[in-house]
Amino acid sequence: MTEKLVIIGNGMAPGRMLEHLFERAPDRYEVTIFNAEPRVNYDRIMLSPVLSGEKEYEQIIIHGDGWYIKHGITLYKGHRIVAIDRSAKTVTSDQGVTAPYDKLVIATGSVPFILPVPGNNLPGVLSYRDLDDVNAMLLAAQSRAKAVVIGGGLLGLEAAAGLSARDMDVTVVHLMPTLMERQLDPAAGYMLQRELESRGIKIITKAETKAVLGDRRAEGVELADGRIIPANLVVMAAGIRPSTGLAQDAGLAIQRGILVDDGMHTSDPDIFAIGECAEVGGHVYGLVAPLYEMARIAAAHITGDTSPRFVHNDTPTKLKVTGIDLFSLGDFADGDDRQEIVLRDAEAGVYKRLILKENRIIGTVLYGETSDGAWFNDLKKREVDITEMRDTLIFGQAYQGGAPLDPMAAVAALPDDAEICGCNGVCKGKIVDTIKAKRLSSLDDVRAHTKASASCGSCTGLVEQVLRLTLGDAYNPAAVQPMCGCTDLGHDEVRRLIKAKGLKTIYAVMQELEWRTSCGCAKCRPALNYYLVCDWPGEYADDYQSRFINERVHANIQKDGTYSVVPRMWGGVTSATELRAIADVVDKFNIPTVKVTGGQRIDMLGIKKEDLPAVWADLGRAGFVSGHAYAKGLRTVKTCVGSDWCRFGTQDSTGLGIRIEKFMWGSWTPAKVKMAVSGCPRNCAEATCKDVGVICVDSGFEIHFAGAAGLDIKGTEVLGLVKTEDEALEVIVALVQMYREQARYLERIYKWAKRIGIDEVRRQTLEDAERRIAYFGRFVHSQKFAQVDPWSERVSGLHKHEFRPLAAVPLTQAAE
Amino acid sequence: MHWTAIGTLSDIPQRGARCIETPEGKIAIFRTGDNRVFAIDDHCPHKGGPLSQGIVHGASVTCPLHSWVISLETGKALGADEGCVRTIPVKVEDGKLYVALNLNAERAA
Repeated sequence: MTEKLVIIGNGMAPGRMLEHLFERAPDRYEVTIFNAEPRVNYDRIMLSPVLSGEKEYEQIIIHGDGWYIKHGITLYKGHRIVAIDRSAKTVTSDQGVTAPYDKLVIATGSVPFILPVPGNNLPGVLSYRDLDDVNAMLLAAQSRAKAVVIGGGLLGLEAAAGLSARDMDVTVVHLMPTLMERQLDPAAGYMLQRELESRGIKIITKAETKAVLGDRRAEGVELADGRIIPANLVVMAAGIRPSTGLAQDAGLAIQRGILVDDGMHTSDPDIFAIGECAEVGGHVYGLVAPLYEMARIAAAHITGDTSPRFVHNDTPTKLKVTGIDLFSLGDFADGDDRQEIVLRDAEAGVYKRLILKENRIIGTVLYGETSDGAWFNDLKKREVDITEMRDTLIFGQAYQGGAPLDPMAAVAALPDDAEICGCNGVCKGKIVDTIKAKRLSSLDDVRAHTKASASCGSCTGLVEQVLRLTLGDAYNPAAVQPMCGCTDLGHDEVRRLIKAKGLKTIYAVMQELEWRTSCGCAKCRPALNYYLVCDWPGEYADDYQSRFINERVHANIQKDGTYSVVPRMWGGVTSATELRAIADVVDKFNIPTVKVTGGQRIDMLGIKKEDLPAVWADLGRAGFVSGHAYAKGLRTVKTCVGSDWCRFGTQDSTGLGIRIEKFMWGSWTPAKVKMAVSGCPRNCAEATCKDVGVICVDSGFEIHFAGAAGLDIKGTEVLGLVKTEDEALEVIVALVQMYREQARYLERIYKWAKRIGIDEVRRQTLEDAERRIAYFGRFVHSQKFAQVDPWSERVSGLHKHEFRPLAAVPLTQAAE
Repeated sequence: MHWTAIGTLSDIPQRGARCIETPEGKIAIFRTGDNRVFAIDDHCPHKGGPLSQGIVHGASVTCPLHSWVISLETGKALGADEGCVRTIPVKVEDGKLYVALNLNAERAA
């Protein structure tokens, strides 16, 4: 008969324990889980990236619903256990479910420490423990400007960085003189403070919180010295306490946490405790590595193998804030019996400190350059006598034994039992063996089979090197197509990092993302310029030297080096005055060819570059602006005559086309955008092969998108039907803004839509009104800076140098 | 070598180029991101595209017509393409630019 295993709590520790359990004895237990949170097991370490917008909740799920079904687990979501009856061997939830157990695992985790100050229960005061907290913070970030984070430890700083990335004005209030004083020495704490301050986060140290102020909700924080910091959101991140109430009520032995032996047994032999709620050997833990170790040991004991025993190990600490490299391990307090080796490079922002006792490393603090963390950790763990390499120790593994090694050789030199992934306790040998045994070929495979780099991800580079080392040339990391030869990052990654790191110049992107070339190439520079123009309207200064010649001189270069010029004809409608002005320009500048384009306007070809400003000046006087026929931007909006003239016309298609064009001209997009509006389903404006098209019908406007009629031919997809012109405009603008924000440079709408899914586009721009309005708002904001006629700017003298030769060297002078 | 003054360094944008008209045709004067200056014929060895109109990166320019990449130092096409364009001596003194058109001079004389 199968035994009953009941687990209270569904965090990372019990999730991992079950994985081990099913590996050891798949059918031995019938498992029931009670989770006070209404969801499955997700990676809490990754809450910070969710807060900062670098990841979505779906990306951090460890066990999806399918996993529970596959293993026959009964998961009660949103059930809090209120009582354990040890004599009857049952537990009871707040929703009235009672479940019997043979073995019980308590994994209730921890509760945030809420400062006992007045106002600590006001609405607007949050902690930072689970997804609900993150969602509440994101909601606050949307509508409110100021946040105070109480606590400058790991959690508080991650919260602060996340909220700051969400454009909140953030102040961190910290009781101690330096940040993260439990993990960092004062020097590294200071460097960290400088870095965070340079990102706009205000930091007040030695600050004791006296009260949270506010009548009906939080309005500010008052410090003991009388200072008041206004805040609409107050995040308490001043520490955690093991959650022991339930165990205490059940009469189990408690100190700081629920007392367990080194086999994870509580004082009741049928009850185990693991995770942040457990106390073993006088320690309670908050980092994932020891918690996973508890999980492994509990699984063994529950299945009858009593040999594994929990042993305390120092765990390295890393801060998960993008762009800040920080590593700390072990003991780094000063002491008479200790020596230290310090390397400081203020300019490069590097600080390394090793603390030695009897020629062995006992502690390490690395800031700015942390790649040797694993090696130092290994030396510490194995208690290696470092006397021989003392002179060069601080420079890292690459500098041991003469010539510098390349990073691959450094990884090759690591012993098999060197720990690669600290979070999951995976050593090099385990990764190599698994790759060979299971014939793994990708990083994702390795993550799936060994868990290495599957939690915080900071060892990803090391794991990749182990893969490369094991597979040799067979390793092909090109899952993501790099943007160009200057980087290994793909377009999506670069776009994400530009936003996440707040990079606002091309130089900053190349510096921060470690471009291999000094100033990029003709592939990446225009792409980066577009991403920055799109992401930081009004803040980023367009770099014309990174634009293709056509966008630099606002005309189309031809094979002989002359240019063609296409003025805008709104919706393809023109007049005698306009045509006369064009005729005059053609005569005056001897323009050799005049051609009607496919986009319902007139192209003048063969204009000398020097003549461009004068041509534009004349066209401008007649009321013409640039048609952007050269731009990765809005080109034409083709129309038919619609209900004004046509006996079949159902709506004013010409009017709508002109309205769209006047609203959207000047916007830059990843690739060109061509539109059309047809007045009836006969579709004379050919709207069903455009990037965005509208087919007018009696009942309204059918919006189409993702068509193509160039290299590829593809009919459009129907986004949906809307009733009014206003709605049509709003949906179209939102769609284009979504495309602007998400697509890769030079990727047309039809390719982008295919990649992310037609339904997803529809969901975000048609069905989700809130998102639609947000997209619309961002487009309107961007247009404030984009909707400037580039021709008139240049007629007024902008970029004069573009249109004139630097010098003319006459024959006589050259012959002198 | 005869040096002809053609303007100042600040006349050319960084990572940009300007042309000079000479009896031998157009010459493109480039200024790189690190303020080095190069002069080459404004004529791509592929199909004659105006190299002065291309995007400048490192010490190379990408032709605006068909994206050949030309080394400003050697005038040679980089990568898989083969071809070469004439380089012209150029120097900067006190912010002023000079090119050496001695070949021209000999021919004109």
